[in-house]
Amino acid sequence: VTGAGTRSILILGAHSDVARPLARIYAEDGYKVILAARNSNRLSSDLADLRIRSGQESDAREFDVLDTAGHHSFLDGLGELPDTVISLVGLMTPQARAQSDFAAADLMIRSNYLGLVSILGEVANRMEQRGSGTIIGVSSVAGDRGRATNYIYGSAKAGLTAFMSGLRNRLMPRRVTVITIKPGFVRTRMTAGLALPAALTATPEELARAIRHAHRKKRLVVYHRRIWRLIISIVRCLPERVFMRMQL
Amino acid sequence: MILTGWGRYPAIDCKIETLRDTSDISRIFELDRSLIARGNGRAYGDAALNPETTLLMKGCDRFLEFDPEAGSVECEAGMLLSDLLEIIVPHGWFPPVVPGTKFVTIGGLIAADVHGKNHHVDGSFGRHIESLRLALPDGSVVTCSHSENDELFAATIGGMGLTGIILSARFRLRPVASKFIDETIIRAPSLEALLSLFNAHHAATYTVAWIDCLARGPNFGRGVMILGEHAMPDRPFNDNKSRRKPGPRLSVPVELPISPLTRMTIGLFNEAYYRLQKPRVRRRFYDDYFFPLDIVQNWNRIYGRRGFIQYQCVIGGKDAENGLRRILELVRDVGLGSFLAVLKKLGPGNRYLSFPMNGYTLAVDFPVRVATMDGLTRLDAVLSEHAGRIYLAKDARAPRNLIERGYPDIERFRELRRKIDPNRKIRSVLSERLGL
Repeated sequence: VTGAGTRSILILGAHSDVARPLARIYAEDGYKVILAARNSNRLSSDLADLRIRSGQESDAREFDVLDTAGHHSFLDGLGELPDTVISLVGLMTPQARAQSDFAAADLMIRSNYLGLVSILGEVANRMEQRGSGTIIGVSSVAGDRGRATNYIYGSAKAGLTAFMSGLRNRLMPRRVTVITIKPGFVRTRMTAGLALPAALTATPEELARAIRHAHRKKRLVVYHRRIWRLIISIVRCLPERVFMRMQL
Repeated sequence: MILTGWGRYPAIDCKIETLRDTSDISRIFELDRSLIARGNGRAYGDAALNPETTLLMKGCDRFLEFDPEAGSVECEAGMLLSDLLEIIVPHGWFPPVVPGTKFVTIGGLIAADVHGKNHHVDGSFGRHIESLRLALPDGSVVTCSHSENDELFAATIGGMGLTGIILSARFRLRPVASKFIDETIIRAPSLEALLSLFNAHHAATYTVAWIDCLARGPNFGRGVMILGEHAMPDRPFNDNKSRRKPGPRLSVPVELPISPLTRMTIGLFNEAYYRLQKPRVRRRFYDDYFFPLDIVQNWNRIYGRRGFIQYQCVIGGKDAENGLRRILELVRDVGLGSFLAVLKKLGPGNRYLSFPMNGYTLAVDFPVRVATMDGLTRLDAVLSEHAGRIYLAKDARAPRNLIERGYPDIERFRELRRKIDPNRKIRSVLSERLGL
């Protein structure tokens, strides 16, 4: 724990559209916020904004989820391990491209899954040793069942979901909390240009509030918007013989 | 993506681009398409629509600087007024001018040069801007102020986003002693009484009147005057009792298939409202005083699928009261004036396309129907006789000659546009409709 009573949070993937509202919420709640992303110099205006909003100093660090060899030294460089680590890291390439170009699929899988196995795994090891901490990972409903239109992205997210479930299982006795967030549609750059049904689509601000809420309430697996839990539980019940004929 | 203004008319299929960092603006200008910036989409008509590119600015919503000692702030243009209020009010500061909703962006406030209930004392928002950063159609970014690029500065204030993309602005704030407004309500049984109240209370900080557009005979022009002053503190700023959850508490979840607003329902509403507004003085939270309609999310949906037009005009000159009376008579006879008819006496205005000027401004909502469109044309004729102005931020249908007559600086504005934007890179449905 940094300082007397100041809690800290590390946000991985700080260029994500959800990162800015999320950082504001945590800073206003009195957290020391560390933003981590590639090209971290581009985060300087976000740091000024956070300072004005919260009266707290925040920090920006250079971080590349694909640079797995550098993850140890990235964490060492933080000094103290933050109380909470949130991963917003994600990359979605259109399915058509991913299925015809393996390099694109490879990049997507490394970004959404392998890189996170490295960084979150190491964070987990250090939190286990400390005996406290919270890891929040943003996965996706796309990982709950593979669909023709999005299954390479979905399979990487499925891997992440299973990984986090296992971490939770392993770390429960060591007082480390692992929270999996599964958004449905979110109106971000990732989904720009897609026609999304308004009732099922969240804004980044809304998702950020849901993450904070899940953290506060120590929820384990959270769907957002909540209707997705129902939708997905129905989709998961469909027999494969039926599901394979559906266009979803 | 189908976009509309707040009036939900017209609906245009627009290609969307999103700006998250003001430094990315050059990428947008490199696209081989015309564009217009869009804030929170609270202009009522076609001001923030361009089918080729509508540039969403809400991602640029950072504070750049805030001096809680001197009371000045610099922020990116996509910041919402509601967001600004959350941060500055606890420090004892208030925006110099606020419109009737807090869900507008700072860029939008500048582009429409909005006025508030204090216009007769403090002028429009543009008067309080110290400087702004503007991305020009040639891709360069310039700083504008009274001393630097002053013509561009003046034209951008009220320029409907047509002089460049407003990236950020620095403006002065007003010190306040509390989060509360002392509100005084006075009923006026006739138009004469209402207008004389504006004169009697010209020194009040905030003045605005609701006017019953359907009242006939001796009740014609009756209304309710609402005065406001920033209250002295009776609770500390950080008192949690005075902190209410911000944001809407009610919502119109879906577009109503037909509008429930008819002559009869509006008449009944107006009668009830007038009777309920007992003269009184009360202390109100600033949110409730300035932004009463923000409580109902998506209230614009009650006008049904076809949307609505807010007809807001200003009539100045010696004959202003007579002109206002003629307009009100027509609104009464057209018979579709909504329950949201607002009257306000304005002070002196700015240049170029800024709307406010000395005189009376009236704002009336009309559901979009064939009959109302014909009625509005009749209003135009009277307005034109009095050289009155239509508020471009509300407009979706005014004819070009009416706008040309109402805005004497329009040729200078066009001249400036020809100079800085010869290829008309920046365009909106509004600018094409009115040849701006």
